[in-house]
Amino acid sequence: MRIPRSLIIGGALFALFLAGALISFVWVPYNVETLNIAGKFKLPSGTNWFGTDHFGRDIFSMIMVGARTSIAVAIVAVGIGIVVGVPLGLAAAANHGSILDEVIMRGNDLVFAFPSLVIAILITAVFGPSAVNAIIAIGIFNIPVFARISRGAALSIWTLDYILSARVAGKRAWRISVEHILPNIANLLIVQGTIQFSLGILAEAALSYVGLGAQPPTPSWGRMLADSQTMISFAPHLALFPGFAIVFTVLGLNLMGDGLRDILDPKIRRSRR
Amino acid sequence: MSLLSVKNLNLSIHGDAILKDVSFDIQAGEVLGVVGESGSGKSMMAFSLMQLLPSGAQVSGAAQFGDTDLLSISEKKMCSLRGQDMAIIFQEPMTALNPVKTIGDQVAETLIVHGKANRREALQIARERLNRVGLPADRFPLDRYPHQLSGGQRQRVVIALAIALRPKLLIADEPTTALDVTTQAQILDLLKSLVDDEGMALTLITHDLAVVAGLADHVAIMKKGEIVEAGATARVFSNMKHPYTRQLLAASDHVPKRENQSTKAPLLEVKSAIRNYTLPRMSIFGKPPVFRAVNNVSFTLRQGESLGLVGESGCGKSTLTRAILGLDPLQGGKIFLDGQVVRAGRFMDPVQRRKMQVVFQDPFGSFNPRHKVARLVAEPFFVMEDPPRGSALTAAINEALTSVGLTHDDADKYIHEFSGGQRQRIAIARALIIKPSLIVLDEAVSALDVSIRAQILDLLAELSEKFNLSYLFISHDLSVVRAITDRVLVMKSGEIVESGPTQEVFDAPAHAYTNQLIEATPRLSDFNAATG
Repeated sequence: MRIPRSLIIGGALFALFLAGALISFVWVPYNVETLNIAGKFKLPSGTNWFGTDHFGRDIFSMIMVGARTSIAVAIVAVGIGIVVGVPLGLAAAANHGSILDEVIMRGNDLVFAFPSLVIAILITAVFGPSAVNAIIAIGIFNIPVFARISRGAALSIWTLDYILSARVAGKRAWRISVEHILPNIANLLIVQGTIQFSLGILAEAALSYVGLGAQPPTPSWGRMLADSQTMISFAPHLALFPGFAIVFTVLGLNLMGDGLRDILDPKIRRSRR
Repeated sequence: MSLLSVKNLNLSIHGDAILKDVSFDIQAGEVLGVVGESGSGKSMMAFSLMQLLPSGAQVSGAAQFGDTDLLSISEKKMCSLRGQDMAIIFQEPMTALNPVKTIGDQVAETLIVHGKANRREALQIARERLNRVGLPADRFPLDRYPHQLSGGQRQRVVIALAIALRPKLLIADEPTTALDVTTQAQILDLLKSLVDDEGMALTLITHDLAVVAGLADHVAIMKKGEIVEAGATARVFSNMKHPYTRQLLAASDHVPKRENQSTKAPLLEVKSAIRNYTLPRMSIFGKPPVFRAVNNVSFTLRQGESLGLVGESGCGKSTLTRAILGLDPLQGGKIFLDGQVVRAGRFMDPVQRRKMQVVFQDPFGSFNPRHKVARLVAEPFFVMEDPPRGSALTAAINEALTSVGLTHDDADKYIHEFSGGQRQRIAIARALIIKPSLIVLDEAVSALDVSIRAQILDLLAELSEKFNLSYLFISHDLSVVRAITDRVLVMKSGEIVESGPTQEVFDAPAHAYTNQLIEATPRLSDFNAATG
């Protein structure tokens, strides 16, 4: 099978940042918590690849450590969405047309009706700014996304004959959902997962930008952007590198989602032949 | 001079040969029947004439249509031919029309696209064409939408669309396969009269020999991309030269050898069953309307009996089946299996579940594509308190697969590795594995090619003797029901209108509807008589 180019490019981009985040646990060029006021605003060079910021911290090291925060927040937020949303969606589909279905789906509508970022800001503002609260805030808004998508996909599978024969075999709805429905909607969930992942990274950056994400001294891409705002006229590299990091991670994940969909969706695969 | 003359048409797609040296002629005002089983390349032949082939297709040969060679002209020229000089009708009327455009607009569109008329004239012609296909203005105004029409009516719209510009050649690719028998008979009559009245040539592509027998002037029998036999219909049917043609005919009205083994003991009793569907609410406060799909149905299936249930789509036979299987609750009446009441859903007794199994129509939708055959076939064991494990389970799976003519190697494969007929065997194996008393066959052979269908019918007959099975055989296909059942029930609009021993009902139908169904079924018997 031919691997789509979007998957290769997207996967490579994301792998780059993932590798950076993982390597930062064991090695970074410079300690990101050590300030060096004498060496501030250095331009990119052989010693400081991306230059230094207004406290003289190495930007390359900060990007590496910042990737850790972004990816961790996004993974857990998507995880919350899947772990809570998918069972809700499956339950709604299994009891299609019932009160339970209505309650779950209208609850979803309620969450969808709120502007997600504003509520995330509200949550972090009420419970205090921290990476954990950012995760919860972003995660909550992933729940209806996964609930809806799994309900929709599951409903179409519930009408198939093999579900009927499973019912004739006396299997209950939850067992059918786990044995027959879930494996058949998994590819949809994987693709949606990569997309939500990229949205999670964006949301984390936005929360940090307004100071409600991970707190100093933990580096974060969003706060790096915010900090550099006033200095952009004379030290644009402070803003450029975290900006690129966000753009390329999100681009990489979106391309990856596209490519995965092409591989995993047999309908598209056939027409591409 | 022929209207269309095809010579040595060869087609390959990604290097696989699909058509090999296909040659035939069609005269104006003539019907050519192209008969073949799935995969014989009959649809691809139509697509190559219309240049509708998928990418990667390579065509050679010649198809002379007037002064043009259809195989070599440019797409632009082809576009002006399509719809104007030649038109095509597909199998599925449900998806052939655009759901958001009115039927008048859709028929008029062809005329406007070809620059033959402005919008007003086009709508007038559309009206006239719709009248022609039997959709009169008072009941079918131009502003109807496809969802307001039945399958047969939609197929009429598709035909009106195809004949809007009075093409010289109409290709109909399985035009009636998705329709009920009575509707099929009407559509075939319509096609025939169009050929007679308008001097159009018709290429009728079908898998059903009986359809062709009643309609076509010439037939071509296709097998694996080749025309194995062709000629005037009467001559081909009365003097079959190629073994494949004979095989096809024998399979078409194959009757498996079986004996009536029904006993007096009742196995399944349905007593005044009523099944209602709640329709979407019309107003916020009013009660939602109720549709009665099964109305006061009673019958008994005896042990060892094979009982047929025939009726057209929407008559309630599938709804009744689901109630019998304990999948949906009844709104009235009772169903007894072995003297015990069948209760729907989780209230159903597992001991009772074990006595019933089901085989569905669609060999493609009946299996979870992500499980291997062993797991698929073993699924009904779930209902047992103490299902076999380990080597006992493997032995049971092997036994079930062997009894339907498959081997134990097949247990380790995925379902996509099997053909439609093999899948239906696997479905039967799955039904057999817990040794039920009753197997419900819901259109179990309707999606299969005739030769495969004959094999499956033989298999069913053999298994019922071997395992003392009773069948409830649900089908819209009367010839199949006639071949495999002892007694038959005829269902119409949720009610059973006639019942009795199969032979008697078919030979001397008492109810007008039964008679209508039998009349509408295309027959081969006239030609069989000739062959002796």
